[in-house]
Amino acid sequence: MLTWILGFIIMIVKLTLVMMVLLVIAAYLVWVERKFLARLQIRYGPNRAGIFGLLQPLADVVKMITKEDTVPDGADRAFFLIAPAIVAITAFLMFSVVPFGPDINLWGHRVPLVVTDLNIGLLFVFAMSSLSVYGVALGGWASNSKYGLLGGIRGAAQMISYELSLGLSLIPVVMMAHSFSLVEIVEAQMKYPFIIVQPLAFLIFVISAMAESKRIPFDLPEAENELIAGYHTEYSGMRFGLFFLGEYVHMMVFGGILSVLFLGGWRGPVLPPIVWLLIKIMLVSLFMIWVRGTLPRLRYDQLMTLGWKVLIPLALLNILVTGAVGMLIK
Amino acid sequence: MESVLEAVKALASGFATTFIHIFRKPITEQYPEYKRPLPIRARGRIILTRDPDGEERCVSCYLCSAVCPVSCISMEGAEKPDGRRYASWFRINFARCIYCGLCEEACPTSAIQLTTEFEFSKKDILSFVYEKEDLLVDHQGKDKEYCFYRYAGVISKYGGKGEHIGEEKPVDIKTNMP
Repeated sequence: MLTWILGFIIMIVKLTLVMMVLLVIAAYLVWVERKFLARLQIRYGPNRAGIFGLLQPLADVVKMITKEDTVPDGADRAFFLIAPAIVAITAFLMFSVVPFGPDINLWGHRVPLVVTDLNIGLLFVFAMSSLSVYGVALGGWASNSKYGLLGGIRGAAQMISYELSLGLSLIPVVMMAHSFSLVEIVEAQMKYPFIIVQPLAFLIFVISAMAESKRIPFDLPEAENELIAGYHTEYSGMRFGLFFLGEYVHMMVFGGILSVLFLGGWRGPVLPPIVWLLIKIMLVSLFMIWVRGTLPRLRYDQLMTLGWKVLIPLALLNILVTGAVGMLIK
Repeated sequence: MESVLEAVKALASGFATTFIHIFRKPITEQYPEYKRPLPIRARGRIILTRDPDGEERCVSCYLCSAVCPVSCISMEGAEKPDGRRYASWFRINFARCIYCGLCEEACPTSAIQLTTEFEFSKKDILSFVYEKEDLLVDHQGKDKEYCFYRYAGVISKYGGKGEHIGEEKPVDIKTNMP
């Protein structure tokens, strides 16, 4: 009974810590994005709130919370109110299977540094990623606005298409690690990170992950010059903030999963494991921002062509080759 | 295959361009700290200037008020004992003014002029109504030398008013008054 209570307490502490750290980092990721993107475009970026604009995320949060929370006339109220939460919650839940360090000993108890070590961790990530489509599609539909609806439909089509190549690109990794658990995938990268042997899978995963988190050049669901803001056109205040937050948490989660699957997770010399994971997540995020600062948005048909005619066949081919090589080595 | 190579090359050059930009100094001007020197004819707050003798230039001809597209200028003309006209009150509503500069162009005496001052935003909209004492300044503005009375009504070598060939005697407009 005592160990059960202890385990429960440890669980709650871990959940709270991960949630808090994620929230803070997501808030500052917005700052990093605005600052770095500005430098890519020879601007300064936010520099008024605090030194280097470091208080900008705080100011934004205060603004979002104090703004009026409007629900448009004719909106499907229940779905309209719940959609942003779906996006944010699924994004947070995805991080629960990402390990951020090796097991540690706490008063004689073995505490794994992961919120939950699911043996089907990777499938859980995909399930949550698919569920977040509901947030986008329902949010767009429930707004009762043509821009919202168009954005929602585009979002659903895009995310479902890229889910496929996202999943298929990871099969070779699972084949090499012999496990769906993210903890064991990190264990399997003891000698070398998987990016060395699976560069193609890495590339496909990066492209699909950017499409999944709806970032430029795949931001068709919110394309501001055609759809105003797409599926979150009608949202204001903190509900819009939740969509925004979800997007940035999503970006970090994909950074985390990318580093776990291909870059060796928390492994690295000298520095503690959590720091290494954060560094890797940050590098992936910086790369995504760099892509945003460089590439223009794809056209809708280009997006679909890239997904169905290029990425999925390539991913399938990659699975075949990995399987064949694996057989030969055995 | 060739098109793939071309696409990769194009992508690489794009990424290189943005990467180089990181190390360049941003071209943004940081406004409140750095104020760009404005050209002399930049259109900002309106003033009423004086002529080189220190007299008010405005002769209250109503031309600026007539030309103003948003009707933000109003005044009432009056006459000094020596016959020189002036505005007994002059009012500009800067909350309406669009700083188009048409009043300056219309003014025959260079009295009304636009300055480069533009930082006078306020929270109370009524405080944007500027009276004559707020508008009148003690200098000549952009036009240092000009004085209307040195050119208007001056007797030339061809004679005074109504003395040219075929010209009628001027009408005393005061006789038309009710």
